[in-house]
Amino acid sequence: MTKNIAESEIDVNEEGYLTDMTQWNEAVAEAIAAEEGVGPLGEGHWKVIRYLREQQEKGAALTIRSMGKSGVVTTKELYELFPGGPLKKSSKIAGIPKPVGCI
Amino acid sequence: MSTESQAVKKICLIVSKGSLDGVYPALIMANGARMEGIEASVFFTFFGLNALVNKTLDHLKVATVGNSALNMAMPMLGLPMTMPFPTWMGAIPGVSAFATHLMNKEMDKLDIPPVREFLELISDSGGKLFACKLAMDMFKLKREDLCDRVDDVLTVGQFYEESAGEGTHILFT
Repeated sequence: MTKNIAESEIDVNEEGYLTDMTQWNEAVAEAIAAEEGVGPLGEGHWKVIRYLREQQEKGAALTIRSMGKSGVVTTKELYELFPGGPLKKSSKIAGIPKPVGCI
Repeated sequence: MSTESQAVKKICLIVSKGSLDGVYPALIMANGARMEGIEASVFFTFFGLNALVNKTLDHLKVATVGNSALNMAMPMLGLPMTMPFPTWMGAIPGVSAFATHLMNKEMDKLDIPPVREFLELISDSGGKLFACKLAMDMFKLKREDLCDRVDDVLTVGQFYEESAGEGTHILFT
Protein backbone atom coordinates (compact mmCIF):
# COMPACT_ATOMS: atom_id res chain seq x y z
CA MET A 1 0.00 0.00 0.00
CA THR A 2 1.04 3.60 -0.42
CA LYS A 3 0.60 6.51 1.90
CA ASN A 4 0.98 10.20 1.29
CA ILE A 5 3.76 11.31 3.61
CA ALA A 6 5.28 14.78 3.36
CA GLU A 7 3.60 15.30 -0.01
CA SER A 8 4.97 12.20 -1.69
CA GLU A 9 3.53 8.74 -2.27
CA ILE A 10 5.50 6.32 -0.08
CA ASP A 11 5.24 2.52 -0.02
CA VAL A 12 4.40 1.34 3.49
CA ASN A 13 3.13 -1.85 5.13
CA GLU A 14 -0.13 -2.02 7.09
CA GLU A 15 1.64 -0.78 10.24
CA GLY A 16 3.07 2.24 8.46
CA TYR A 17 6.69 1.06 8.17
CA LEU A 18 8.39 1.96 4.88
CA THR A 19 8.85 -1.04 2.62
CA ASP A 20 11.50 0.70 0.51
CA MET A 21 14.07 2.56 2.57
CA THR A 22 15.31 4.47 -0.49
CA GLN A 23 12.02 6.42 -0.60
CA TRP A 24 12.94 7.95 2.74
CA ASN A 25 14.11 11.53 3.21
CA GLU A 26 14.29 13.93 6.13
CA ALA A 27 10.88 15.43 5.44
CA VAL A 28 9.37 11.92 5.55
CA ALA A 29 11.11 11.34 8.89
CA GLU A 30 9.71 14.59 10.30
CA ALA A 31 6.19 13.69 9.18
CA ILE A 32 6.28 10.16 10.66
CA ALA A 33 7.80 11.52 13.88
CA ALA A 34 4.96 14.02 14.24
CA GLU A 35 2.43 11.22 13.70
CA GLU A 36 4.16 9.10 16.37
CA GLY A 37 4.26 11.96 18.86
CA VAL A 38 8.05 12.18 18.71
CA GLY A 39 10.08 15.31 18.36
CA PRO A 40 10.51 17.90 16.95
CA LEU A 41 13.54 16.02 15.71
CA GLY A 42 16.81 17.31 17.12
CA GLU A 43 20.44 16.31 16.69
CA GLY A 44 20.01 13.43 19.16
CA HIS A 45 17.18 11.96 17.10
CA TRP A 46 19.07 12.36 13.82
CA LYS A 47 22.13 10.58 15.21
CA VAL A 48 19.98 7.58 16.09
CA ILE A 49 18.13 7.68 12.76
CA ARG A 50 21.35 7.80 10.74
CA TYR A 51 22.85 4.97 12.80
CA LEU A 52 19.75 2.81 12.30
CA ARG A 53 19.86 3.32 8.54
CA GLU A 54 23.57 2.45 8.42
CA GLN A 55 22.97 -0.72 10.42
CA GLN A 56 20.02 -1.68 8.23
CA GLU A 57 22.17 -1.29 5.10
CA LYS A 58 24.72 -3.63 6.68
CA GLY A 59 21.92 -6.08 7.41
CA ALA A 60 22.57 -6.03 11.16
CA ALA A 61 19.83 -7.26 13.51
CA LEU A 62 19.03 -4.44 15.91
CA THR A 63 18.43 -4.95 19.61
CA ILE A 64 17.96 -2.49 22.43
CA ARG A 65 21.21 -3.82 23.89
CA SER A 66 23.19 -3.18 20.70
CA MET A 67 21.79 0.36 20.56
CA GLY A 68 22.90 1.06 24.12
CA LYS A 69 26.37 -0.23 23.28
CA SER A 70 26.63 1.59 19.95
CA GLY A 71 28.19 4.70 21.46
CA VAL A 72 25.59 6.73 19.53
CA VAL A 73 23.07 6.88 22.35
CA THR A 74 22.63 5.45 25.85
CA THR A 75 19.63 3.31 26.74
CA LYS A 76 18.26 6.11 28.90
CA GLU A 77 18.60 8.69 26.12
CA LEU A 78 16.99 6.38 23.58
CA TYR A 79 13.92 6.01 25.80
CA GLU A 80 13.78 9.77 26.32
CA LEU A 81 14.16 10.57 22.61
CA PHE A 82 11.57 8.08 21.41
CA PRO A 83 9.08 7.63 24.25
CA GLY A 84 6.61 4.76 24.15
CA GLY A 85 8.62 2.25 22.15
CA PRO A 86 12.19 3.38 21.46
CA LEU A 87 13.32 0.84 18.89
CA LYS A 88 10.00 0.50 17.08
CA LYS A 89 9.37 4.21 16.78
CA SER A 90 12.92 5.11 15.81
CA SER A 91 12.92 2.38 13.15
CA LYS A 92 9.64 3.64 11.73
CA ILE A 93 10.94 7.19 11.58
CA ALA A 94 14.22 6.00 10.03
CA GLY A 95 12.26 4.29 7.26
CA ILE A 96 13.54 0.80 8.03
CA PRO A 97 11.51 -2.37 8.83
CA LYS A 98 10.02 -2.99 12.26
CA PRO A 99 12.57 -4.74 14.51
CA VAL A 100 11.64 -8.38 14.94
CA GLY A 101 13.70 -9.39 17.99
CA CYS A 102 12.54 -9.71 21.59
CA ILE A 103 15.56 -7.99 23.12
CA MET B 1 -17.25 -6.45 31.52
CA SER B 2 -16.12 -4.68 28.39
CA THR B 3 -15.64 -6.85 25.33
CA GLU B 4 -13.23 -4.36 23.79
CA SER B 5 -9.63 -5.42 23.93
CA GLN B 6 -7.76 -3.39 26.48
CA ALA B 7 -4.08 -2.68 26.12
CA VAL B 8 -1.64 -3.86 28.77
CA LYS B 9 -0.37 -0.68 30.41
CA LYS B 10 1.76 -2.12 33.14
CA ILE B 11 3.21 -5.51 33.92
CA CYS B 12 4.32 -6.53 37.42
CA LEU B 13 6.40 -9.68 37.48
CA ILE B 14 7.13 -11.70 40.61
CA VAL B 15 10.33 -13.77 40.57
CA SER B 16 10.54 -16.46 43.25
CA LYS B 17 13.23 -18.70 41.77
CA GLY B 18 16.92 -17.97 41.76
CA SER B 19 18.26 -20.26 39.05
CA LEU B 20 19.35 -18.78 35.73
CA ASP B 21 16.30 -20.24 34.02
CA GLY B 22 14.11 -19.07 36.89
CA VAL B 23 15.21 -15.45 36.52
CA TYR B 24 15.69 -14.79 32.81
CA PRO B 25 12.08 -15.13 31.63
CA ALA B 26 10.99 -12.28 33.90
CA LEU B 27 13.92 -10.07 32.85
CA ILE B 28 13.14 -10.68 29.19
CA MET B 29 9.44 -9.98 29.70
CA ALA B 30 10.18 -6.78 31.67
CA ASN B 31 12.60 -5.45 29.08
CA GLY B 32 10.24 -6.43 26.28
CA ALA B 33 7.44 -4.53 27.99
CA ARG B 34 9.52 -1.37 28.24
CA MET B 35 10.41 -1.66 24.55
CA GLU B 36 6.68 -1.62 23.79
CA GLY B 37 6.09 1.40 25.97
CA ILE B 38 4.53 -0.71 28.74
CA GLU B 39 5.48 0.06 32.35
CA ALA B 40 7.33 -2.77 34.09
CA SER B 41 8.09 -3.70 37.70
CA VAL B 42 9.90 -6.81 38.88
CA PHE B 43 9.49 -8.00 42.47
CA PHE B 44 12.12 -10.50 43.62
CA THR B 45 11.12 -12.73 46.49
CA PHE B 46 12.40 -15.91 48.15
CA PHE B 47 15.20 -17.44 46.09
CA GLY B 48 14.56 -14.88 43.38
CA LEU B 49 16.64 -12.51 45.52
CA ASN B 50 19.65 -14.43 44.26
CA ALA B 51 19.39 -12.25 41.15
CA LEU B 52 19.70 -9.02 43.17
CA VAL B 53 22.43 -9.89 45.68
CA ASN B 54 25.71 -8.38 44.48
CA LYS B 55 27.76 -11.40 45.53
CA THR B 56 25.58 -13.95 43.74
CA LEU B 57 23.91 -12.32 40.76
CA ASP B 58 26.82 -12.87 38.37
CA HIS B 59 26.87 -16.59 39.13
CA LEU B 60 23.32 -17.86 38.62
CA LYS B 61 23.19 -21.46 37.46
CA VAL B 62 20.95 -23.64 35.36
CA ALA B 63 19.34 -26.35 37.51
CA THR B 64 20.56 -29.73 36.25
CA VAL B 65 18.99 -31.81 39.02
CA GLY B 66 15.24 -32.27 38.95
CA ASN B 67 14.98 -30.49 35.62
CA SER B 68 13.16 -33.07 33.54
CA ALA B 69 13.13 -30.81 30.47
CA LEU B 70 16.91 -30.60 30.18
CA ASN B 71 16.66 -32.64 26.97
CA MET B 72 15.85 -29.25 25.40
CA ALA B 73 19.50 -28.32 25.83
CA MET B 74 20.86 -31.48 24.19
CA PRO B 75 21.22 -29.85 20.75
CA MET B 76 23.81 -27.50 22.34
CA LEU B 77 25.96 -30.64 22.69
CA GLY B 78 25.18 -31.77 19.18
CA LEU B 79 22.78 -34.44 20.48
CA PRO B 80 19.11 -34.91 19.59
CA MET B 81 16.55 -32.97 21.62
CA THR B 82 14.67 -36.19 22.27
CA MET B 83 17.58 -37.61 24.28
CA PRO B 84 16.77 -37.50 28.01
CA PHE B 85 19.30 -36.05 30.42
CA PRO B 86 19.57 -38.45 33.39
CA THR B 87 19.01 -36.50 36.56
CA TRP B 88 21.83 -38.32 38.43
CA MET B 89 24.26 -36.88 35.89
CA GLY B 90 23.10 -33.43 36.85
CA ALA B 91 24.42 -34.05 40.35
CA ILE B 92 28.00 -34.62 39.16
CA PRO B 93 30.19 -31.66 40.19
CA GLY B 94 30.69 -29.23 37.33
CA VAL B 95 27.71 -30.36 35.26
CA SER B 96 25.52 -27.45 36.33
CA ALA B 97 28.39 -25.02 35.68
CA PHE B 98 28.93 -26.53 32.25
CA ALA B 99 25.23 -26.39 31.35
CA THR B 100 25.21 -22.78 32.54
CA HIS B 101 28.24 -21.99 30.39
CA LEU B 102 26.54 -23.46 27.31
CA MET B 103 23.33 -21.61 28.00
CA ASN B 104 25.13 -18.29 28.56
CA LYS B 105 26.99 -18.73 25.29
CA GLU B 106 23.77 -19.32 23.36
CA MET B 107 22.07 -16.36 25.01
CA ASP B 108 24.98 -14.08 24.23
CA LYS B 109 24.62 -15.01 20.55
CA LEU B 110 21.04 -13.74 20.73
CA ASP B 111 22.25 -10.52 22.38
CA ILE B 112 20.65 -11.44 25.72
CA PRO B 113 22.80 -9.68 28.34
CA PRO B 114 24.24 -11.22 31.52
CA VAL B 115 22.08 -10.70 34.64
CA ARG B 116 23.86 -7.58 35.94
CA GLU B 117 23.79 -5.83 32.60
CA PHE B 118 20.17 -6.90 32.13
CA LEU B 119 19.20 -5.30 35.46
CA GLU B 120 20.96 -2.10 34.36
CA LEU B 121 19.19 -2.21 31.00
CA ILE B 122 15.76 -2.57 32.61
CA SER B 123 16.56 0.13 35.15
CA ASP B 124 17.83 2.53 32.45
CA SER B 125 14.70 1.91 30.43
CA GLY B 126 12.56 3.08 33.35
CA GLY B 127 11.60 -0.37 34.65
CA LYS B 128 11.52 -0.80 38.44
CA LEU B 129 13.31 -3.46 40.47
CA PHE B 130 12.05 -4.35 43.95
CA ALA B 131 13.22 -6.73 46.65
CA CYS B 132 10.77 -8.47 49.00
CA LYS B 133 11.19 -7.29 52.59
CA LEU B 134 10.08 -10.56 54.15
CA ALA B 135 12.50 -12.61 52.05
CA MET B 136 15.28 -10.10 52.86
CA ASP B 137 14.63 -10.63 56.58
CA MET B 138 14.49 -14.39 56.13
CA PHE B 139 17.84 -14.53 54.33
CA LYS B 140 19.32 -11.87 56.69
CA LEU B 141 20.06 -9.51 53.83
CA LYS B 142 20.54 -5.75 54.03
CA ARG B 143 19.89 -3.11 51.41
CA GLU B 144 23.65 -2.73 50.87
CA ASP B 145 23.92 -6.40 49.92
CA LEU B 146 21.82 -5.70 46.85
CA CYS B 147 22.73 -4.36 43.42
CA ASP B 148 22.51 -0.55 43.43
CA ARG B 149 19.90 -0.60 40.65
CA VAL B 150 17.28 -1.93 43.09
CA ASP B 151 14.68 0.81 43.52
CA ASP B 152 13.33 -0.25 46.89
CA VAL B 153 12.68 -2.99 49.41
CA LEU B 154 8.92 -3.47 49.64
CA THR B 155 6.41 -5.35 51.75
CA VAL B 156 3.78 -7.37 49.92
CA GLY B 157 1.24 -4.65 50.59
CA GLN B 158 3.51 -1.97 49.17
CA PHE B 159 4.08 -4.08 46.07
CA TYR B 160 0.33 -4.30 45.50
CA GLU B 161 0.05 -0.53 45.97
CA GLU B 162 2.85 -0.09 43.43
CA SER B 163 0.86 -2.33 41.06
CA ALA B 164 -2.26 -0.16 41.24
CA GLY B 165 -3.88 1.15 38.11
CA GLU B 166 -6.12 0.14 35.25
CA GLY B 167 -4.48 -2.11 32.67
CA THR B 168 -1.96 -3.57 35.16
CA HIS B 169 -1.22 -7.26 35.07
CA ILE B 170 0.55 -9.18 37.82
CA LEU B 171 2.36 -12.32 36.83
CA PHE B 172 4.07 -14.90 39.03
CA THR B 173 6.96 -16.57 37.27
